[in-house]
Amino acid sequence: MSTLTDRPAAGTTTRRGVRALRIGLDRGVLELRQFARTREYVVFTLLFPVIVVVIFGAVFGGTVVGGVTLTQYFVTGMIASGLLATSFQNLAIQIPIERGRGVLKRLLGTPMPRTAYFIGKIVMVLVVSVLETAVLLVIAVGFYHLALPHTAARWFTFGWVSLLGITACTLAGIAYSSVARTGRGAPATVTPVALVLQFTSGVFFVYTSIPSWMQTVAALFPLKWMCQGLRSVFLPDSFAHREVAHSWELGRVALVLGAWCVGGLLVCLLTFRWTDRQER
Amino acid sequence: MPVTLVTVRRNRGPGRRPAYPRAIVDAVTENLAIEVRGLRKAYRDTVAIDGLDLAVVRGEVFALLGPNGAGKTTTVEILEGFRRADAGEVTVLGADPRWQSAGWRARIGIVLQSTGEFEELTVAEVVRHFSRYYPDADDPEAVIAKVGLADKRSTRAQRLSGGQKRRLDVALGIIGRPELLFLDEPTTGFDPEARRDFWDLLRELATAGTTILLTTHYLDEAEALADRVGVIAHGRLVAVAAPAELGDRRTALATVRWHDPDDPDGPRSERTATPTAAVAALAARFGGEVPGLTVTRPTLEDVYLSMIGKGAA
Repeated sequence: MSTLTDRPAAGTTTRRGVRALRIGLDRGVLELRQFARTREYVVFTLLFPVIVVVIFGAVFGGTVVGGVTLTQYFVTGMIASGLLATSFQNLAIQIPIERGRGVLKRLLGTPMPRTAYFIGKIVMVLVVSVLETAVLLVIAVGFYHLALPHTAARWFTFGWVSLLGITACTLAGIAYSSVARTGRGAPATVTPVALVLQFTSGVFFVYTSIPSWMQTVAALFPLKWMCQGLRSVFLPDSFAHREVAHSWELGRVALVLGAWCVGGLLVCLLTFRWTDRQER
Repeated sequence: MPVTLVTVRRNRGPGRRPAYPRAIVDAVTENLAIEVRGLRKAYRDTVAIDGLDLAVVRGEVFALLGPNGAGKTTTVEILEGFRRADAGEVTVLGADPRWQSAGWRARIGIVLQSTGEFEELTVAEVVRHFSRYYPDADDPEAVIAKVGLADKRSTRAQRLSGGQKRRLDVALGIIGRPELLFLDEPTTGFDPEARRDFWDLLRELATAGTTILLTTHYLDEAEALADRVGVIAHGRLVAVAAPAELGDRRTALATVRWHDPDDPDGPRSERTATPTAAVAALAARFGGEVPGLTVTRPTLEDVYLSMIGKGAA
């Protein structure tokens, strides 16, 4: 089995780290270039969440719960969903496709530091996440009366919840990429997971309105905590008592997302495959 | 059937060493780029490699020839470090390929069977990017020119033709100035002209001293490029020799054929160890030109087919 780690080569650990980072950033640029040149991909990635927001806004727009319109509640969920899509869904689908087409094998055959591949993916995920979130925010602020965070503390929360959420979902996506046996099968293994999470984590439905067993299941996964963390950023503090624990539970948000980062990293290190299973 | 009167060795150019006789192959191990002993590899229900031995000398072009499913790709991918052998000793450039150290990787170049995964990126972008992986990479523009893609440098990979994509693969295989280059069926799907150009490119690399291990199922390709050919069948190397000498081609009986239009029995042929004498006798009989005269030795294909047939027994 291939591992993520490099065997010792010439140079010190630091120098090798710098080299991996440099090549990784270069890979990130390449990945972004490829993303930007696939027009349908850009359009769908950036516009799909917007379309969903528009549809939901049109259907449930007027409903007010605890001084918050459903659309406002929903937009925060869609921001979290967007992060899930650019990190988890994107990687869990893209990596098996690249594996199937031999991209990974070709890279494995070069002295490229193995970590550079993942750094490249992370760079791409971060940039696309920022873009997508920005587009959603512009729409939400412009048309659905969502207020941007008005304190530095809220911006800070926005930052760390997003970053931790992206990290957790990126690692989960890389880990999950080993599940799909072929590139063609990847969307089928990934999309249902994302959809079920969206229905149960407080994106399409208000979290407190779904059955408690469903809440319990959803609470095991990162999306629920990302949504909750983002609600604390965009919704008034008075809404906190409508949460299950009558608080934003930011400590627990950090804890769960952090646990997913650690767990995801471990699974990646143990199971990542550079080549098709039947090939070895 | 093609006529092979004389096998012309290719012009090796300056600095190129002559073909390697067997004695040198048995000589010092340091001179070997690849050494394989007793290689075995089985997949779930099939034995792919069954006790294969192989030695490739530094600087030579070695062609692994064999039908589909004979174990060519499995062998090469074990040498490249992509697959694990079940048993046997494998040394490639002095190291076990399973180690996969970056230093070792930098010394080998790999052209896999699969191709065309860069899609939206241009030739120049891809080659330049890959050059950053190697400590002593060649100049990307020079490599692009060398593989004949200079006028396609700004073309996106997905708009390249099959042959051009393959050239891009080779560019990525040689960008790190490898000592040893693996090519797995590099010209499958090429048109004849593209193959000729490609062969010229490989000859150029060989002339510069690159050791090349090539798999192919084109016999003319092996004959045109390789210093030595190894025929692989049913997971074993059944023969190793210079293409002209494989299966004792050079000393095999020649077939003299002629066709006298007045002969009611049609074309005639005679298998002989002395074809010159046979032709002289015919010339005397016909008093000059012998109608429909051909003299052939077994082609590489004849030898090869009998070998892989023999391997099946």
